[in-house]
Amino acid sequence: MAIGESWGRTFSAIHTLRPRHWVHQSLPQNIKGEPLLAYGLGKSYGDSCLNDGGVLMPMQEMEHVISFNRENGILRCEAGITLETILQLCVPAGWFLPVVPGTKFITLGGAIANDIHGKNHHGAGTFGCHVLAFELLRSDNSRTLCTPDSNEGLFNATIGGLGLTGLITWAEIKLKKISNACIEMESIKVRDLDEFLDVSANSDKDFEYTVSWLDSLAKGRNSGKGVFLRGNHGTDSNQELKVHSSPKLTWPIDAPNFLLNGLSIKAFNFLYYNKQFSRKKRSIVHYDSFFFPLDSVHNWNRVYGKRGFFQYQFVLPFMEGHMAVRDILNIISESGQGSFLAVIKTFGEIKSPGILSFPQPGVTVALDFPNCGRKTRELFDRMDEIIISNQGRLYPAKDACMSADAFKSFYPELEQFRPYMDPAFSSSFWRRVNN
Amino acid sequence: MSFPPKRILILGATSAIAQAIARKFASSETQFFLIGRDIQKLDAVATDLQERFRCMVHTYQMDLADNSRHQEVIETAKKKLGNFDLALIAHGVLPEQDEIKNDADAVLNSLNVNFNSAVSLLTHMSDIFEQQKTGSIAVISSVAGDRGRKMLYVYGAAKAGLSSFADGLRGRMIEHGVHVLNIKPGVIATPMTEHLKKGVLTSTPERVATDVYKAIRKKQDILYTPGRWWAIMFIVRHIPERIFKKLSF
Ligand SMILES: Cc1cc2nc3c(=O)[nH]c(=O)nc-3n(C[C@H](O)[C@H](O)[C@H](O)COP(=O)(O)OP(=O)(O)OC[C@H]3O[C@@H](n4cnc5c(N)ncnc54)[C@H](O)[C@@H]3O)c2cc1C
Ligand SMILES: NC(=O)c1ccc[n+]([C@@H]2O[C@H](COP(=O)([O-])OP(=O)(O)OC[C@H]3O[C@@H](n4cnc5c(N)ncnc54)[C@H](OP(=O)(O)O)[C@@H]3O)[C@@H](O)[C@H]2O)c1
Repeated sequence: MAIGESWGRTFSAIHTLRPRHWVHQSLPQNIKGEPLLAYGLGKSYGDSCLNDGGVLMPMQEMEHVISFNRENGILRCEAGITLETILQLCVPAGWFLPVVPGTKFITLGGAIANDIHGKNHHGAGTFGCHVLAFELLRSDNSRTLCTPDSNEGLFNATIGGLGLTGLITWAEIKLKKISNACIEMESIKVRDLDEFLDVSANSDKDFEYTVSWLDSLAKGRNSGKGVFLRGNHGTDSNQELKVHSSPKLTWPIDAPNFLLNGLSIKAFNFLYYNKQFSRKKRSIVHYDSFFFPLDSVHNWNRVYGKRGFFQYQFVLPFMEGHMAVRDILNIISESGQGSFLAVIKTFGEIKSPGILSFPQPGVTVALDFPNCGRKTRELFDRMDEIIISNQGRLYPAKDACMSADAFKSFYPELEQFRPYMDPAFSSSFWRRVNN
Repeated sequence: MSFPPKRILILGATSAIAQAIARKFASSETQFFLIGRDIQKLDAVATDLQERFRCMVHTYQMDLADNSRHQEVIETAKKKLGNFDLALIAHGVLPEQDEIKNDADAVLNSLNVNFNSAVSLLTHMSDIFEQQKTGSIAVISSVAGDRGRKMLYVYGAAKAGLSSFADGLRGRMIEHGVHVLNIKPGVIATPMTEHLKKGVLTSTPERVATDVYKAIRKKQDILYTPGRWWAIMFIVRHIPERIFKKLSF
């Protein structure tokens, strides 16, 4: 992936690149008045990590470790370090990241700026809940130490702040103790949405991690059919604290578009569901395959071909009957545009400090859509309406299409956020949703 | 010398390539002596190695262009580390050819950093290596030293000289059991090349580090990194001069 691209490959943007190497470096002097934006590993799907016509500051070469206390699990690093490198460092010492997304190839700064969530949201909250401190470099060249207790406003605005409050130079997080590198997991076939919600509610207490794969093409009564995964860190301290290995495969070329028509997607979903014959299966797996199954193929986004793809992730509050979730799942299955990957999970009550943080209690669903142009956008518009009228919201890290009005109704906290923005920072996403 | 080397001296330790190489070799048993001119950068690099690998790190701040201090710095390093299992010369500057082409002082300054200072340091350490009869000396030269060309001849000339020096030094050291590695990187994305356009041939410091690690294990003499640069430079060296002189790269 080239620097200055995003994961969905539906945008092309032109940037002045100013890579960062050192914490003490000041910001590039406002080049011709162009706005600034930090860039992690571009694992956001849409345009939130892009800054068309502006200055992009790639962070991945600024990745020094500043301190790692192996006794209490407090780690302070420069913001461009990847979660992959952090795992290489902390797993052998018996520590794990407090929250991980579906890929380990993202940066610490990116994890904070999107306040990412993981399979343990119901018990651990978002990544931002585990951030103890960070330094924010602003365009007036001030450096502010932000913690939950000092400069709290900037702290809260920067967590989930989409990179718009300044540049995070370093951050300190609290890691989680583990006994070995394994996850003891169970997979359970679920027939429909009701069963998913039942299993999910019953699992939240005893399982740290829960998530479900969903067959997005299943219609009517079968809607919500899928495979529910739940797991805990292994407790056997005789087992090894073994780090993951690097990916072996790279998706070599852009796949031809026909690979992803309804038929091949259906086949994929069918295989996944039927792989397991018994209803419930237990296994012990390495954390790498439990959390990051797709990381074993580098650049798998190319499977969607040159035209790229979208991801659509929403959360809808818990409500009687969950009609809105059902409506959306029906719209998707009827459209036949459904996805290679569909994931469903419930978010818990733990509130993030982040003002613009995405997660809220309820049901979240994330799906990929091959980019079929207008047809796909029209589908999104229909789903957006349902989400707006049911007090849900979309995840900016995944978004490429939402309108300015939709964004405003999804994030009523916006006015509280604005005063903390750095006037010299902006992004393609921000200009789109403030149009 | 047992592999991997444990007592490592790095000149120009804040270079992106040098940092990647240091991380590749580091373990809790490694002891580093790092030399750089910028104390903030040097501290960041030293702390990173200590916190990641729990190794021991000494730092020394100096401008390596000041050749009069080379003896002192090598002696200090020797005192701290005892022996040198590996010494790496990594500092360098890439002057903008067009900006300096008519400025003799600037040309000489860049030659001083890229060539004079490097060979002065190598000379100061050569006796120590000869005495200890073990260890590796690794010098970062460049593919640019393989043939003088329009866009890069000042830098290229320094690296050509450095390559010659290193290859000759190898001949002197062989009977003493000391290994000399001449590293010729292609185009690597580092602060030095930040202003240049990145193409498909651009590689990473981590890639260079992996290659250097293997080359030191195998006691290789000359390393083109990534390996494809061997073939590219083979062709470049064999283009007849009457054609080559008209090429604008
Ligand atoms: C396969 C896959 C699975 C995923 N799974 C999940 C998941 O389960 N949960 C989830 O929440 N997300 C998930 N994501 C999304 C991803 O975790 C987020 O988009 C993440 O923020 C990407 O981080 P990045 O380092 O690539 O940053 P980028 O995408 O490059 O940038 C993201 C934002 O961070 C800002 N930023 C980056 N560094 C800094 C800094 N130092 N200072 C200030 N701002 C900065 C950028 O300006 C931008 O606004 C997934 C993505 C992929 C590709
Ligand atoms: N990048 C490439 O494409 C490439 C290709 C072939 C060869 N090389 C060679 O690889 C080596 C490392 O370069 P790099 O790519 O890693 O770039 P880099 O990160 O810019 O490293 C260059 C280093 O040299 C240091 N330096 C320059 N002058 C110095 C002086 N007078 N005293 C002390 N230190 C000095 C710099 O220190 P400061 O940080 O303080 O400035 C910097 O740490 C260089 O010899 C370079 O010529 C690079």
